[in-house]
Amino acid sequence: MSTISREEVARLAGLARIDLTESELTRLAGELDVIVDSVAKVSEIATDDVAATSHPLPLTNVFRADVPEEPLPVADALAGAPSAEGGRFAVPQILEED
Amino acid sequence: MATQPSSDLTRRTAAQLAEALRAGEVTSVEVTQAHLDRIAAVDGAVHAFLHVCAEEALATAREVDARRAAGEELHPLAGVPIAVKDVVVTKGLPTTAGSKILEGWVPPYDATLVERLRAAGLPILGKTNMDEFAMGSSTEHSAYGNTHNPWDLDRIPGGSGGGSAAALAAYEAPLAIGTDTGGSIRQPGAVTGTVGVKPTYGGVSRYGLIALASSLDQAGPVTRTVLDSALLHEVIGGHDPRDATSLPEDLPGLVAAARAGQGGDLTGVRVGVVDELNGEGYQPGVRARFEESLELLRGAGAEVVHVSCPHFGHALAAYYLILPSEASSNLAKFDGMRFGLRVEPTEGTVTAERVMAATRGQGFGDEVKRRIILGTYALSAGYYDAYYGSAQKVRTLIQQDFAAAFEQADVLVSPTAPTTAFKLGEKLDDPLAMYLNDVATIPANLAGVPGMSLPNGLSDDGLPVGFQILAPARADDRLYRVGAALETLLEREWGGPLLNRAPELATEGTTR
Repeated sequence: MSTISREEVARLAGLARIDLTESELTRLAGELDVIVDSVAKVSEIATDDVAATSHPLPLTNVFRADVPEEPLPVADALAGAPSAEGGRFAVPQILEED
Repeated sequence: MATQPSSDLTRRTAAQLAEALRAGEVTSVEVTQAHLDRIAAVDGAVHAFLHVCAEEALATAREVDARRAAGEELHPLAGVPIAVKDVVVTKGLPTTAGSKILEGWVPPYDATLVERLRAAGLPILGKTNMDEFAMGSSTEHSAYGNTHNPWDLDRIPGGSGGGSAAALAAYEAPLAIGTDTGGSIRQPGAVTGTVGVKPTYGGVSRYGLIALASSLDQAGPVTRTVLDSALLHEVIGGHDPRDATSLPEDLPGLVAAARAGQGGDLTGVRVGVVDELNGEGYQPGVRARFEESLELLRGAGAEVVHVSCPHFGHALAAYYLILPSEASSNLAKFDGMRFGLRVEPTEGTVTAERVMAATRGQGFGDEVKRRIILGTYALSAGYYDAYYGSAQKVRTLIQQDFAAAFEQADVLVSPTAPTTAFKLGEKLDDPLAMYLNDVATIPANLAGVPGMSLPNGLSDDGLPVGFQILAPARADDRLYRVGAALETLLEREWGGPLLNRAPELATEGTTR
């Protein structure tokens, strides 16, 4: 039996903004145990006294030279957009209205 | 005396082509056309390319030829064509990362490494196939069909960069670019009998790479020889102010190290065999070739020692927490608003949120959905510390293992992959078996150290095997010295490159 329920997968899909079909939900619920197994495995050695590494070769205070550059032309930035209007990205309505 | 038949040009190494171009023996147009002809002849069967840009490549070639004829001082690789993995953005050339969500997208800018290729005058032949967003080890997760291994068209070319490796093995390109997040340059190299290098993290700019897992991703060379990798590495490497993780210092001396290694002398070099990366689960033929290569290294004067990296056994588990977490965050940009696909829901109010969900539901493939859901779970409230945080601790332990091992050895070695190329479809329904392909390559990504795979023979099934070399961070030159030495010794035994033993591919549109 899988540890992560079908309902939990549906909730995660909502958070991730991915519409999943009924059959995808069922299949994924059966395939997510890998993460539970992975957690069990890393927990064997990830004890409190071990520091976390977020970046393999840490660099600090990375700044670019303060030199103005030409930005991407607006037309180029919009060229690949599904919809554009008046020099802007055109998007569907943001809020659900009654 | 007849002119060189074009098929000969495709068999030459990049270094040989560069020399022939410099000497005026051939033109870049001839070299580029020869590779375009080869692509036309064999890519129907191999499917290494998602997009071929013949006109653009020939235009670059003509320009290089004109500048050379005018006596200009050009980059040594100027005029040598190259293929680029489709995860790297190329201005004016379609870029999909193997996904339907980016079908038809033409980027408005170049990745830094592409800028450097163009500045050096390398004609870009096209974009190569890959697992969708580089998620996979077989290229079977591409939304645009499988790439076939030139050694046996029924088998996988490795992944995620199966297209780049197959293009090299099929003589469709003398050079290619790959990216390596858990082994996506090295493992395809191993199963196709080609060379691949993952540089030190930050050694090649990530600006313009469509990010999979930002703390692991690294672009690098895909070639047929160690020297060619060094030549390409020096073109694309070096600091880039546009990438905040780019190493501030240059890593020079790579080509010099490869040339030194070609002498075949490794006196005084300490080679560490990682005991955890050789044994159970590794195919007998893979282990036999590995032992023979160690014997060659000893014969060249190297001291072979055994080292233990006790936490490597946990690398795969840490990787499968870190990768989906970072991927789920990186892939949030595919929202149907600024680029790529937009799908509107068929019922209900058309809001931005519902458009995003419909777009991603239709545009992403199964493996991408799976990993995004895994990552969303690992990063969700209450789980973050136990999941992503614990995995980051494992990274520390793996770095400590490497540090201790590099006290005892100058380079570490292992087989690149546990098995040779498996059949297409064989492991598609078993994600865990698929992941095991990367067991030997993942530790380098977690620690940020550089790694190389080079061909070191054929297994009992007649398919190529790869030998992996790992070096400390910023010591990429050691890969090239030891790799070139082993390559020289192996080719001396074989009487030529391993790829000479690959079966001839049937060609379309030409008479043989």
